[in-house]
Amino acid sequence: MAQLMTYREAVAYGLAQEMERDETVYLIGEDVAAAGGVFKTTPGLLERFGPRRVRDTPISEEAIVGATMGAAMNGLRPVAEIMFSDFLATCWDLVANQIAKTRYMTDGQVALPLVIRTANGGGVRFGAQHSQSLENWAMSVPGLKVVAPSTPRDVVALMAASIRDPDPVVFFEHKALFANKGPVPDGEVVGQLGKAAVVRSGSDATILALAAMVPQALAAADELSSRGIEATVVDVRCLVPLDTQTILAAVAGTGRVYTVEENPRLCGWGAEVVSIIAEEAFYDLDAPMVRITTDHIPLPSADILEDATIPSSSRIAETVEKTLG
Amino acid sequence: MLTTADAVAAMDDRLRVYRLMLEARLFEEYAYQMFLEGLVKGTSHLATGQEAIAAGFAAAMRPSDLTFCTYRGHIHTLLRGTPPGPLMAELLGRATGVCGGKGGSMHLTWAPAGAMGSYAIVGAHLPIAAGAAWAAMERGTGQVSVCFFGDGATNIGAFHEALNMAVVWNLPVVFVCENNQYMEYTPIGSVTAVPRPAADRASAYGLDAIVVDGNDPDEMLDIARSSLGKARAGGGPSLVEALTYRHGGHSRADPGTYRPDEEVERWKARDPIPTYRERLADAGVSEQQLSGIEDSVEAAMLVAIEEAKAGPAPSLDSISTEVWADGGSQWRN
Repeated sequence: MAQLMTYREAVAYGLAQEMERDETVYLIGEDVAAAGGVFKTTPGLLERFGPRRVRDTPISEEAIVGATMGAAMNGLRPVAEIMFSDFLATCWDLVANQIAKTRYMTDGQVALPLVIRTANGGGVRFGAQHSQSLENWAMSVPGLKVVAPSTPRDVVALMAASIRDPDPVVFFEHKALFANKGPVPDGEVVGQLGKAAVVRSGSDATILALAAMVPQALAAADELSSRGIEATVVDVRCLVPLDTQTILAAVAGTGRVYTVEENPRLCGWGAEVVSIIAEEAFYDLDAPMVRITTDHIPLPSADILEDATIPSSSRIAETVEKTLG
Repeated sequence: MLTTADAVAAMDDRLRVYRLMLEARLFEEYAYQMFLEGLVKGTSHLATGQEAIAAGFAAAMRPSDLTFCTYRGHIHTLLRGTPPGPLMAELLGRATGVCGGKGGSMHLTWAPAGAMGSYAIVGAHLPIAAGAAWAAMERGTGQVSVCFFGDGATNIGAFHEALNMAVVWNLPVVFVCENNQYMEYTPIGSVTAVPRPAADRASAYGLDAIVVDGNDPDEMLDIARSSLGKARAGGGPSLVEALTYRHGGHSRADPGTYRPDEEVERWKARDPIPTYRERLADAGVSEQQLSGIEDSVEAAMLVAIEEAKAGPAPSLDSISTEVWADGGSQWRN
């Protein structure tokens, strides 16, 4: 049996599953407790787990992430919310210099089992400082695991995997997906980091997508199917660790590769993925790989401009059709 | 009323502080010497002259308490009980170093002794120390976090964020500002809005303004005891500003020539080690006892230095270990 819930509801559901199981799991962040989160991703947790385990913080991202690190060093498994992923820029020292490097610099003396959850991505008309897709920032720093689920089920399953993981995880929740509904199985739901999902199979093209680009890629695949083109769609789900085996197998099945990335063009996650494919599966390819990304610009705010900037299902379908030849 | 037993215990603590200061001084002197010999690579930031602060707190802390310090943190790490041989071996980049040669001078850590890291980005460790204190409070461990930082750190955002959160959450943490008068090469007064960079900010967070003589070991021992006791009793954080002076420059690259000779001489006359020796002698400690301590510290440090020098270079295999908790560095399958 499964229950239908929104991606937004799945966040609190996933957190509650872990907080119920493990009393060392704590949640802190701006407005996460009494207000239930500005995106309403954490309602009910304060009432259920009390004010010690679900705690509002000041607008102090360095203190939030720093306290999370210190607590993880001393016996808790804390989860921090950074309200918008763009705000990671204000505490990047703690994330990239401290959290990511401490285990290595201390030669394994200090473990940091913590999760930084953050609302990521565009499509909601917030403008360039509240809409970025920053998975590649985290991906570029050794020592961070990077997760970006696309469905309510994966929110729950990968939240559990992230909280149980002994290493620091940056968990990107996509703002444009919060209202999406999907089934979440009853009982304990636990996924595995570093496992991509083949969410559609077809023999003509492989579309690799992440987070909000997954539903766009699936819609594009449906559109293409109506024109006789069958695409495989892979939900990458986790950038570190990266499931290259699933990706390379999907590439071998079609010989055509498209990445769909919400991030601006330069150094997006797809650039790393296509470089791996080029090095390791070049002879499986029938044509040059194509990256479908946001242009290398800050995101505009107006709906018509933002929609024309972020990859859409129609742009994906057109690009695939045009280049498939 | 002070009993004889109390007086003996008090003198034992003072002698312990004297011993700790000697260990610290000697460690830094050897570090400097081995740097000149080309054995210590990279950079190093010595705390020579500032020993009373680390020693006073180390003597007052419990073994389970946690220390967070800066890149000028050799002595804070040492005085919590880190074995000096492996500590020095880390400066030499040896496999036997406390961090296997992966940390170096600026990242000395010895978690078994509660030395939870030396932090080389100014200010970052204040919120981290607060977080460790938060975990201690939630888990009811009775631990106190002690966070040492320089005067320069009082002008960075993390200082203010950490103090505010520590007070709002009533965390068992002691923030210790070692005001050595210079922010790297620049006099702290010329870049700070208030005369006392830490204490004058305390009222903004509802904390007492505490300024102590960081070159007076007895004063440091007292403030360490009272601030640790307050934190342990649930009284929340303290912010202590300890006035001190580093005898050398900011780092190995800095001869410190920007400091007036008169100022350097004045502070060197207040060197905490010889002045404390004199005070202990005045209090009745025999010359024999004092030189006994000095000789044993010297002998132990010599052994540690030889041990450090004898350590092998790290294996190249270690480059790719301990990125992750599984011991490895794999980022893909």
